Amino acid sequence: MNVTVALDAGEAPPSASEAGPAPKRTVIVYGFWIFLLSDIVMFSALFAAYAVLRHATAGGPTGAELINQGRVAIETACLLASSYTCGLMTLAVNSRSRLGTYIGALLTFALGAAFLALEIREFADMIAHGVSPQRSAFLSAFFTLVGCHGMHVAAGLIWLAVVMAQVARKGFRAPVLRRLQCFSLFWHALDIIWVGLLTVVYLMGVAS
Amino acid sequence: MNLLGKLSWSAIPFDQPIIMGAGAFMVLIIVAILSWVTLKGYLPYLWREWITSVDHKRVGVMYFLLALVMLLRGFADAIMMRAQQAVAAGSAEGYLPPEHFDQVFSAHGTIMIFFVAMPFVIGLMNFVLPLQLGVRDVAFPTLNSVSFWLTASGVLLINVSLVVGEFAKTGWIAYPPLSELQFSPGVGVDYYLWSLQISGVGTLLTGINFVTTILKLRAPGMGYMRMPVFCWTALAANLLIVAAFPVLTATFAMLLLDRYLDFHFFTVDGQGNAMMYVNLFWVWGHPEVYILILPAFGVFSEVVATFSGKPLFGYRSMVTATMAICVLSFLVWLHHFFTMGASADVNGFFGVMTMIIAVPTGVKIFNWLFTMYGGRVRFTVPVLWSLGFMVTFVIGGMTGVLMAVPPADFQLHNSLFLVAHFHNVIIGGVVFGVMAGYNYWFPKAFGFKLDERWGRASFWCWLVGFYVAFMPLYVLGLMGMTRRMQHYDNPAWQPWLVVAAIGALIILAGIVCQIVQLVVSIRDRELLRVSGDPWNGRTLEWSTASPPPAWNFAVLPDVAERDTYWFLKQRASAEQAQPVTQHQYEPIEMPKNSAVGVVNAFFAVVAGFALIWHIWWMAGLGLLGTFLTILVFAFRDEDEIQVSAAQVAQFDRIHEPEVAI
Repeated sequence: MNVTVALDAGEAPPSASEAGPAPKRTVIVYGFWIFLLSDIVMFSALFAAYAVLRHATAGGPTGAELINQGRVAIETACLLASSYTCGLMTLAVNSRSRLGTYIGALLTFALGAAFLALEIREFADMIAHGVSPQRSAFLSAFFTLVGCHGMHVAAGLIWLAVVMAQVARKGFRAPVLRRLQCFSLFWHALDIIWVGLLTVVYLMGVAS
Repeated sequence: MNLLGKLSWSAIPFDQPIIMGAGAFMVLIIVAILSWVTLKGYLPYLWREWITSVDHKRVGVMYFLLALVMLLRGFADAIMMRAQQAVAAGSAEGYLPPEHFDQVFSAHGTIMIFFVAMPFVIGLMNFVLPLQLGVRDVAFPTLNSVSFWLTASGVLLINVSLVVGEFAKTGWIAYPPLSELQFSPGVGVDYYLWSLQISGVGTLLTGINFVTTILKLRAPGMGYMRMPVFCWTALAANLLIVAAFPVLTATFAMLLLDRYLDFHFFTVDGQGNAMMYVNLFWVWGHPEVYILILPAFGVFSEVVATFSGKPLFGYRSMVTATMAICVLSFLVWLHHFFTMGASADVNGFFGVMTMIIAVPTGVKIFNWLFTMYGGRVRFTVPVLWSLGFMVTFVIGGMTGVLMAVPPADFQLHNSLFLVAHFHNVIIGGVVFGVMAGYNYWFPKAFGFKLDERWGRASFWCWLVGFYVAFMPLYVLGLMGMTRRMQHYDNPAWQPWLVVAAIGALIILAGIVCQIVQLVVSIRDRELLRVSGDPWNGRTLEWSTASPPPAWNFAVLPDVAERDTYWFLKQRASAEQAQPVTQHQYEPIEMPKNSAVGVVNAFFAVVAGFALIWHIWWMAGLGLLGTFLTILVFAFRDEDEIQVSAAQVAQFDRIHEPEVAI
């Protein structure tokens, strides 16, 4: 009883949920987070399909026979390092240094492109040896899951190029800053998905 | 290499009088409307005020209009099926050949779910959410326009399939292996897949937009527990969109890869797994039914509280029930295919979960009843729809729980009992809810009420027609009639199917009444003119003018209570207060109109059509077009215009007598 009285007597501070509309930057980044979550849900469906079809090799090659762990290690290193350089780019953006931003972006782009080149090379090698997605359900799932991530990386590279053109032309205006922030969220999210991919496809794939 | 891919004159079925007639009719109507609009000189107005508009109210109205038009198309399919089944018994073959009948039922399901129910519900949310939340627009207004036009692209493609080529013959769920290239070599399934992929992107963007709007843009003081229940149900529905639609996109992408690039996700050969499609489809599909019904629950909550003159009974339990359904809806998908052959334990789990999800729905029904109990209920058209819903939906819910028992489901699976069940909940729930919301918020959108008499006539035709059309299907299901039969040999079924066809005609009368209601209301609009608050409303949308200005609120409302507007009115009358002091008006930043939505949708249609017909160069052009559209948009310099304080003040001066507070 006393507690209730005490609560009623004191004026409670307004909670964050009652603060009114959030500033534009918060709204946009929040919306982008929701988009990333939806993207991860899409990947989860592809992961599920891969898990279901992992042993559906139809007499064709299994995961263990295909995986070149050395190349995958280099791919992973490229992508993780690109996340680091993307972080450096964000620091440069925060100090409004154009040169730093360009260098960070260039490194990120180069590492991302290297990852993509390695992956395309991997796919091309496999297809050249008759290990194509048409061979079995397992390979369909493998190429789709890994390829979908690769297409996200490619889209990220295009995005990075466009947003750098905007930095060059428009400078660090508010909309450009918001896009840079969303881009770095996207790029880091791709890393998270890759970690899942590496674990489920490449590490667990060798074990089976 | 053929420049036009698989497309040739033989794609147009000149020898099919029904299809050509329907197609000619549609083309005629479109040409008539377009030439009327052009001759009257409305085109610049339409372009400026509607097509490129990013105002959530305009976008909402366009969604609703799109859904109304597609309702006619979907209902035409329904009438055709009812007519076929009423006659095709024994030696009679009816008038629809099997391959056409199959397209009709597939198109009916696809259109009614994706292009009628979805745009109805999204249209309502578009119009109402920012007004109820007390803000000026959704979080991403241009994205909202993009979403709408992508939905319209899907609609266009599915209508083109009527004349150019064919539609899927697989049912609206397109299960493989039937939907694989091996068994459906035509373009029908491709029309289905691409129109749903394109509109699905639009829906996903809407979900992201609305979740952000509700969680990040609310008037000062509107904490979560002060939000109107419609906003809560919209939040739950949009969370479900964000969590479920990507699964559909991925699933369709896999089926597309199977069909276009000879992958083996769901094929018979290559160790594909068709049941995986069925599982993935319903991982989206079950949340989808709650995406549709939850906003309808929100409408009933608003309508029942407003017209009972009482606050909603059990607000907190309503919110809890809504969010419980939101989570549970992901745990019941397997009840769509108990016959898959999962173990008894798995079936048992999903059966029990299905029964559990009925509990929060029951809570809601009791809340509405207790809200009305002791209230002074005004029997307006929205209330009639709500009462019709409560009775009908409970019946539909009970047949659903009945089918949640796996052994019973083994008998009823794929029978007309199932068809009766889901029409019972979707018509009795979603359609009735949408109609209640339409009659309830129409005066807010246009400044005049809809005609009551025709509204009542429409309601009674729909209600009676629904029971006459679908109760026989329950009986037929128990008699063993399966769904999607073009022809049957058992003469005992025919009388029931004739009754069902009569029911469909009564529903048709209801739809005609609705159209007449709209026409009569527009004709008599000066008599039906209303103020900002025609129903003695409770929530913020009624505190602004009807129709609201582009900026919704001259000054963002300050929310101190649940049912804020009601609270303010009560306080004003208690204090005998004069209307509030002079407002301090400030200039308002509003988003600029943008053509990006409609241009993007144009290229999406080009790409979609080209992909369906394997016209690769054109598909490349379409995709390049979308990319360039977005690129140009990204380099825009100005995306907002300022409405001056004087303009806002002037609007308020003119409309002051309309607004009570």
